Amino acid sequence: MAKWRTWLPWLLLVAAGLILPAILPPFRLNLLGRFLSLGIVALGIDLIWGFTGMLSLGQGIFFALGGYAVGMHLQLLALPPGELPEFFGLYGVKALPAFWQPFHSPLFTALCIWVLPALVAGVLGYLVFRNRIKGVYFSILTQAALLVFFNFFNGQQKLINGTNGLKTDTARIFGELVGSDSMQRNLFWLTLVLVVAAWALCRWLTRGRFGDALIAIRDDEPRLRFTGYNPTAYKTLVFAIAGAMAGVSGALYTVQSGIVSPQYMAVPFSIEMVIWVAVGGRGTLIGAVLGAVLINYAKSLVSEQLPETWLFIQGGLFLLVVTALPDGLVGWWRQGGPRQIQAMVGWPPLAPTYPGLDLDPAVQAEREALGSTPGGAP
Amino acid sequence: MDLLYDTLFNGLAIGSVLVLAALGLAVVFGLMGVINMAHGELMMLGAYTTFVVQNLFKNGPLEGLFPLYILVAIPLAFLVSGLAGLLLEKTVIRRLYGRPLETLLATWGVSLILQQFVRSVSSAFVIGLLVAVALGLVAPRLLPRAWSQRRWAPVLGVVSWVMAGLVGIALASGLGGVRVLDQPWFSARNIDVTAPVWLRGSVDLGAVNMPTARLFIIALTALALVAVHWFLQKSVWGIRIRAVTQNRSMSDCLGIPTETVDALTFLVGSGLAGVAGVAVTLLGSVGPNLGGNYIVDCFMVVVLGGVGKLLGTVVAALGIGVLSYVIGSGSLLLVWPAMPAGLNELITFFATTSMAKVLVFALVVVFLQFRPAGLFPQKGRMVEA
Repeated sequence: MAKWRTWLPWLLLVAAGLILPAILPPFRLNLLGRFLSLGIVALGIDLIWGFTGMLSLGQGIFFALGGYAVGMHLQLLALPPGELPEFFGLYGVKALPAFWQPFHSPLFTALCIWVLPALVAGVLGYLVFRNRIKGVYFSILTQAALLVFFNFFNGQQKLINGTNGLKTDTARIFGELVGSDSMQRNLFWLTLVLVVAAWALCRWLTRGRFGDALIAIRDDEPRLRFTGYNPTAYKTLVFAIAGAMAGVSGALYTVQSGIVSPQYMAVPFSIEMVIWVAVGGRGTLIGAVLGAVLINYAKSLVSEQLPETWLFIQGGLFLLVVTALPDGLVGWWRQGGPRQIQAMVGWPPLAPTYPGLDLDPAVQAEREALGSTPGGAP
Repeated sequence: MDLLYDTLFNGLAIGSVLVLAALGLAVVFGLMGVINMAHGELMMLGAYTTFVVQNLFKNGPLEGLFPLYILVAIPLAFLVSGLAGLLLEKTVIRRLYGRPLETLLATWGVSLILQQFVRSVSSAFVIGLLVAVALGLVAPRLLPRAWSQRRWAPVLGVVSWVMAGLVGIALASGLGGVRVLDQPWFSARNIDVTAPVWLRGSVDLGAVNMPTARLFIIALTALALVAVHWFLQKSVWGIRIRAVTQNRSMSDCLGIPTETVDALTFLVGSGLAGVAGVAVTLLGSVGPNLGGNYIVDCFMVVVLGGVGKLLGTVVAALGIGVLSYVIGSGSLLLVWPAMPAGLNELITFFATTSMAKVLVFALVVVFLQFRPAGLFPQKGRMVEA
């Protein structure tokens, strides 16, 4: 029984990976792949917010950096050697800017996708955490940093095509068009594998001493400091890890949606990321992924039908989660939410009292023999 | 030299809008520790109130008084935004005191709702909304009282609100068939407020040419500052507010109604956002996204200025405003044309509004490395910085 339980989720996952590409039309599969890749950034946010208690409103920076890394590589890949990406011609740029050069190399790009965001997050985090700036100040500063990056990327046409972003559809990887259906199916599988890997990484991090330290920072940082730990190191490290995960997520999202643009750094998008985690359940890893997929699927469904109502629904979700479901859907489920509802509409479950009288089979048998009701009244 | 004064004056005008916008935020955040992400949307409500007042004065019996409409709009905008803020406090924020991060998310949700509200509000929409709220409030009284004692009372409450909402939606979409009622009031487009004639001219001071609208904004800001300072320092309720800020439980023991104080603080802060909205309409057209353009700047002002000090807010806002304008307009080059080439290039690189923001915010973050608590930190010793 216990063995069955540990294997079942994995079986379901493999089945989903094999069956979904067969039954879903390419468009829906592509959407699902995109939303799954957003699950990775949500996992990172869960790590820093759910476990460490730092609400970052600037994960879009790292998300977009990963996206831009892959976007630049694919722009260069689509070209015959010696030519410049088309948009440079529009702004009269004759030579490839120096920072584009290393992106010719696939290896460098693959490293850059996660190392660069991690470095930026590490530096930014260190500067902030060193001064013991935390709580809402941290949130505001990350949001300001996000705005700085957004304005920079948005304004620099000559360097990275500014507000138009970089398209990735037309490049070929291993002779296959990135935008083609079969390539997108491979990317879906890649996303699925990476989501599981990210989940495993987070689980490994949050179990054990490191995870305990994170939770201690969330619950009482001064006490942890007085105990002789250095919270700055832990916070910087975990923020960098979340940044790296955001970068990977952004890269996967970019290749599946075909474009990377400064809109990935828009202020609302980064706050949306937080709400995925909040709805799914912060502090529960599976909740982060679930929340990202569910909310985005709902968003795409609602936006197709009634576009003007989505903001109302989203705003309502923010309010509902914060006031009524502080632990999100998964947290609610784990804390016996369904049972509470069941208790409200009838059939209250038997309360297991110490020493488990209600559940003791001998007591049950005796009670039936006496013919009394569980409440004690005859 | 004239150019320098001109630049400084324009920067001052931009900065004073920022002062006005951040003032309300400083009151709410500094005194109550509440992060109100919907502050920008409360500004937007003020701007739309100005638009409505202007339309009322444009045609009809009040036409002769058109030059004075802005003076009517200011208190009205204060009232509209203030009441909206009060409603927000009573329904949402009250439940979240002491949980700033949750407050941040909840108020962000409210800001989304407000944005979409001004886009899609129409007569049918308002009727549906009012009916739904009325039904939801009345329903529990119509049901048998004994039901509220039952185990399933919470479920009943949720169900009755959902039913009320569905009735409201059905009514709104039903009435949407009527052309007159379906017409959106503002729609998603930007609105333009026509300033009265006396605000459209400019004052010529020989060297500097000052647009009257900007002078008006500066005067309005100064007035608001004096009023807030007087309110907090001299009035009875201001003293109560400061007392609650310093020590909530002790104030409670001494008989200060802390809940009323919270509500009042929030009302004043939100009302100031409305006044800022009036000022913004004088600078150009405004739209539903107005709030998003200001909110991050306002928070930077509050963080840079140091929490709980009005002086810090003023200095920080003027500093950020003047600096962004000076850098963004690239007027340093015009003032001192003979600059080394490298510096010249650097200044040109940052000479757009968005790039100026990049530089200024980066400077703020660097500054916070040396003074983490802002320009004017609060004195005292605490473990929690």
